[in-house]
Amino acid sequence: MENLDQFRKETKEWLEENCPPEMRKPMGPGDVVWGGRNCKFPHPDAKLWLERMGEKGWTCPTWPKEYGGGGLSFDENKILQEELMAIRARPALSSFGIWMLGPALLEFASEEQKKKYIPEIVKGEIRWCQGYSEPGSGSDLASLKTKAEDNGDHFVVNGQKVWTSYADDCDMIFTLVRTGPQEPKHDGISFLLIDMDQPGVTTKPIKLISGKSPFCETFFDNAIVPKENLVSELNKGWDVAKRLLQHERNMIAGMGLGGAGSAKKKKDQTISSGMATMAKTYVGEEEGKLANPGLRQKIASFDINSHAFSLTMRRASEESKSSNSGPSPASSMFKYYGSESNKLRYELMLEAMGTKALGWEGEGFGPAELAITREWLRTKANSIEGGTSEVQLNIIAKRVLDLPQ
Amino acid sequence: MSLVLNEEQVFLKDSAKKFASEKTPTTHFREVRDSEIDNCYDDKIWQEMVSLGWTGILVPEEFGGSNFGVAGISSILEELGRTLTPSPLFSTAVVGVSLIKHASDDVKKDILTKVVQDGLRLCFAIEESNHHDPVKISCEAKKDGSNFIISGEKSFVIDGGFADKVIVACRTSGEKGSKEGLSLFVLDSDSKGLTIMPTKMVDSRNAANMKFENVKVSSDTLIGKEDDAYEIIESVLDISRAAISAEMLGSALQAYEITLDYLKEREQFGSKIGSFQALQHRAAIMFSELELCKSCVIESITSFDEGGNDSERLASLSKAKVGEVFHLISNESVQMHGGIGVTDEYDIGLYLKRARVAEQIFGDSNFHKNRYAELTGY
Repeated sequence: MENLDQFRKETKEWLEENCPPEMRKPMGPGDVVWGGRNCKFPHPDAKLWLERMGEKGWTCPTWPKEYGGGGLSFDENKILQEELMAIRARPALSSFGIWMLGPALLEFASEEQKKKYIPEIVKGEIRWCQGYSEPGSGSDLASLKTKAEDNGDHFVVNGQKVWTSYADDCDMIFTLVRTGPQEPKHDGISFLLIDMDQPGVTTKPIKLISGKSPFCETFFDNAIVPKENLVSELNKGWDVAKRLLQHERNMIAGMGLGGAGSAKKKKDQTISSGMATMAKTYVGEEEGKLANPGLRQKIASFDINSHAFSLTMRRASEESKSSNSGPSPASSMFKYYGSESNKLRYELMLEAMGTKALGWEGEGFGPAELAITREWLRTKANSIEGGTSEVQLNIIAKRVLDLPQ
Repeated sequence: MSLVLNEEQVFLKDSAKKFASEKTPTTHFREVRDSEIDNCYDDKIWQEMVSLGWTGILVPEEFGGSNFGVAGISSILEELGRTLTPSPLFSTAVVGVSLIKHASDDVKKDILTKVVQDGLRLCFAIEESNHHDPVKISCEAKKDGSNFIISGEKSFVIDGGFADKVIVACRTSGEKGSKEGLSLFVLDSDSKGLTIMPTKMVDSRNAANMKFENVKVSSDTLIGKEDDAYEIIESVLDISRAAISAEMLGSALQAYEITLDYLKEREQFGSKIGSFQALQHRAAIMFSELELCKSCVIESITSFDEGGNDSERLASLSKAKVGEVFHLISNESVQMHGGIGVTDEYDIGLYLKRARVAEQIFGDSNFHKNRYAELTGY
């Protein structure tokens, strides 16, 4: 306990000294730092902040020190996160390398691979994207057809991936490829790390109903991949893929915790519901109660579920603290509930805002209102990406509840 | 608050689990239900609970209790809920004891000691209408020298049909619906002028309607201050709401597990019915909902013992969430059992009947959603 107090003191001091003032201001949509060879920093302080945090390994606080991580224990990391929150520090780095690839590499990659790729992720030097889905392989991911053929010291990759997030800004893509066309579908897949800076790899953005293009199609046309970029064994990629999906699902589940709806009692004892406060400004109130009783009842149900969900995420983290087991098939439950909850959050916001939430662009709507409309459309993908809600329910039924095939 | 139980609480939970499986499986409930005993509980089992110290878990050590806290007793109730164990443990050791803790030293010493040693049975007469409402009280207590004269009616008094002592919430001033002017008294159930009419509920357990006709009680029996009982009532109700949520969680988990087993064994169209996606998805959704319930209950029951500052809201969170989920699970469980689900021979219908009564105890999901919203500022 004494050590933890000491750790808190040192952390507080370090953050005070090293977190630039600009990085303690609320973030706008363009302020996320994704890292990478062509990283765009919204402000010089953002670069400084990433360098300092990356040097300390605190962009990936619990990863082993030997690969550049912070080497912190569960409790130390909790303290770090609390202290970061206390000064409202922005995340120094956001990346799929941190959330998805890194944890899978730590588990499955060779020593050389870990030494090469993990420190790059920690410092934000390489920006990664995910090459999983294909036009013909969505929920049935294991039917994927992009093939990698052995050509001596390297593979030659041909095929197409889809829903590759931010692929047009990324440096590398972790990709599922078919290496054993004669094997049963799960047993002929390998996990390759592919450099996108080559003529054989091209990307094309996909325009979504929200008007934005966070996803791309990625085409492989005789792309060259050195043999040392194979993670785990040949044709054993599905194990890596599944594990990585669990990390992805946990990441998406976290969206269910989003700020707007969960009613929390803060340290200063004021209780508020972001959703209800927002609804009041659009619907009005009568004697302190939200004026529309039907909407009020729906928001209360939402807040209760949201509160219960965030407690459950916390409980799972406390329970896994000692066992250090990482994500499990139960992460499908979090993915299912979190993504459905996030969709409902935006449906309720639309309901509360009425026609004010239905603007597309231009005059007559505030920027925040327009952003909510776009985000509402974006949330429709939450229960599709990373495995649909139906796929999650299948996984729970088979792998958690052990129901018959 | 803690989201995992400590060693002591785990120990209590394990011993309750053993007790429930060995002494009070659902066959015990059936025996009591089908016997000539009107009370729907077995006094022998009750005395065993007393000798295990369960009635003293919320009682301070100076009165012979163990002071193991709300999380301790709730963990026991969760296990007893699994087998629908009928007993006055909730009304006595949770609600009654928590109320008596606010009484005068003499009353505390007298009643708490007997609860711990002899299993003296307590009940709380608060409701007056068809829905829970802790301020809609018109049963009045008029001051008469050093006495009070109580007149009015009460309903849905859990275990009121056989309790030895009644704790009654009365209006000593103010209008019906007001938080001010409420007072609590404790009196013998055989007091002159008190008529108790037991009501047999759909879950076969006992509640009672009570009629107070000029019942004279001494002012020594006042719990807390005259006109000022609202805070005591609410704080005890919150403990009770959290504890009954734990019992309901136990019942819901058991009903779910029984159903899951059935899905793995029943065959139709040449396959186990659990292989059908139409049922698998519903089972998976129920699993997720139960995981949320577990978190609500544990956060809520530990908040009282750890001095949390959000206990009220957490009690409403638990009661609202668990009530809704137990409702869902009891309905789905019957449906997934098909025809046998509506037979008395199978246990699953017993959980359905218990669900609806337990949901009404100290506020259903609608009541607590509304309260949660109020406590959150909308």
